Amino acid sequence: MNARANFLAILAAVAVLAVLPSSLSTYSVYVLCSWMVFSIAAMGLNLTLGFAGQVSLAQAAFMGIGAYTTALMTMAGIPWPLAMIAAAVECFLIGLVLGYPALRVQHHFLAFVTLAFNALVFLVLRNEEWLTGGTYGVVGIPRPSVLGFSTNQQTGFYYVVFGFFLVLSAVLYGILRSPWGRAFQALRENPIRANSLGVDIRRMTLLAFAIGSAYGGIAGGLLGQLVQFIDPNSFTLTISLKVLLMVIVGGAGYFFGPYLGALLVILMPEFLRFTEGYYLMLYALLVIVLMISCPKGLLGIVDRIKLSIKLRQNPSATAWEQGK
Amino acid sequence: MNPVLSVKGVSKHFGGLKAVDDVTFEVRRGEILGLIGPNGSGKSTLFNCILGQLPASGGKVEVDGRDVAGLRPCDLNLLGVGRTFQMLQVFPEMTVLENIILAGQEHKGTMFSRLFGKPDAGLTDEAKRMIEFFRLTHQTNEKAGSLSYGQQKLLDAAMAFMAGPKLVLLDEPAGGVNLTMLAHLKERLKAFNEERGATFVVIEHNMEFVMSLCTRIIVLANGRIIAEGEPEAVRNDPQVIEAYLGG
Ligand SMILES: Nc1ncnc2c1ncn2[C@@H]1O[C@H](COP(=O)(O)OP(=O)(O)OP(=O)(O)O)[C@@H](O)[C@H]1O
Ligand SMILES: [Mg+2]
Repeated sequence: MNARANFLAILAAVAVLAVLPSSLSTYSVYVLCSWMVFSIAAMGLNLTLGFAGQVSLAQAAFMGIGAYTTALMTMAGIPWPLAMIAAAVECFLIGLVLGYPALRVQHHFLAFVTLAFNALVFLVLRNEEWLTGGTYGVVGIPRPSVLGFSTNQQTGFYYVVFGFFLVLSAVLYGILRSPWGRAFQALRENPIRANSLGVDIRRMTLLAFAIGSAYGGIAGGLLGQLVQFIDPNSFTLTISLKVLLMVIVGGAGYFFGPYLGALLVILMPEFLRFTEGYYLMLYALLVIVLMISCPKGLLGIVDRIKLSIKLRQNPSATAWEQGK
Repeated sequence: MNPVLSVKGVSKHFGGLKAVDDVTFEVRRGEILGLIGPNGSGKSTLFNCILGQLPASGGKVEVDGRDVAGLRPCDLNLLGVGRTFQMLQVFPEMTVLENIILAGQEHKGTMFSRLFGKPDAGLTDEAKRMIEFFRLTHQTNEKAGSLSYGQQKLLDAAMAFMAGPKLVLLDEPAGGVNLTMLAHLKERLKAFNEERGATFVVIEHNMEFVMSLCTRIIVLANGRIIAEGEPEAVRNDPQVIEAYLGG
């Protein structure tokens, strides 16, 4: 019943996304692409932070690594699918290494370690001019061609991004539904108990970072191809915080949180543009209000509504959940 | 036959404090061993050293004749040693069913088969039987955090049993549990011991519970074993009475 309704809703959403570009302006299609790219990055962070409970402020660094890797490789004549795979694998491995500090430190200490990593990547991108072009960045990144079709048109490229978006969503769903997903959640809720029940928490911590980072790398690769220009400023700590905001606003630990969060963070400035100089202020205010009224994000509100319905049916049952 | 657990001269020092001081004992297959002693006598610390939760300062621990030095808690669990902690340890945001499945899943298949196999690792039926065994059926799909304290204690114990361990170390399973629930817990432990041949070491302050459950008792005071034997003998041991009264 419920699962079936969910499935139909998802199917409908996918169908809408599939036909949408034909009725939109080029710019709107670009914005949609940007939403999907950032959704992918946020999905990865949602696995690391929302499900496995490992704080990371470095998602933009992985987007940067992925973007530069794919850009430089494709411009050197390497086929783009290979470049994308290379970016994903590279970020997976670097994410694995970044996971090691998480075995020792947690919470705000871990936030600082990952923050420092983001700064480090930024400096490498800016200073290693021979490779990255320094502050000038990389210009003229080619769009991929699929089965001989160029995607220089916005709509063509939209479907490439859409494909990645769908496949990566499905993969993440598969991971979270498997025993791995339960182990990630156990790691977040009570690592010591999980350890005593046979969960190799060291391995799961590293994997949470590695998989989340690989998603960041792929998102970065797509972002480079979408904008066709990258520079170190596209991957600063500010961008990491933006991805974090998407996860938190949508609802960390909810599968659909990142999609909603990214939608809001990407679209809101567009909608508020008419207010001209005030839009950033309005935007900041809205985020503050949301976070105060619902710290668990937008999908947390949905949960709260469900709970109040349940309470009406059975008032005594769920005092604990109410108290949260 | 090897003892299930053999602890040889284990010590644990916190700075100058000898929390566990040269403790040696064995646990035989199928027995329910009680571990008692005043507050702060080192019982929980001893458990943590045995299970790799804390590095011991000295000594040796063998499970089924195998030296387990350097093994992590998860490795020991996979070898068939289950445990509960003194403080409640459940996964509050997961349902009772998910808590129990988690407790068994790492024992099924390999890392990769768990990624590509069934979401419940084929454990739903077994988990439901375990839930029934601990009389939590009505709470199956409730979040663990919403259960009463006593129910969470039962869930905690159920998790320790889910993987079919040969040895379970229980740290104050009866603490804070009401009388009805307590009788129920004791009956469950006895059933596990008789039906499945599980071996237990139980830390407990509730004397009546320990005396009626255990076949043998070890008494710890200031990190050292001061008495060992059948419940009746230990109860009347002057040294034990002294340790409790003076403690
Ligand atoms: N991590 C630690 N660091 C320093 N001292 C510790 C630590 N853990 C325990 N201790 C000390 O070791 C001693 C033994 O503690 P332990 O928790 O093992 O006692 P216990 O027998 O389990 O007591 P209780 O019956 O109250 O649970 C105590 O004096 C305690 O203060
Ligand atoms: Mg204790």
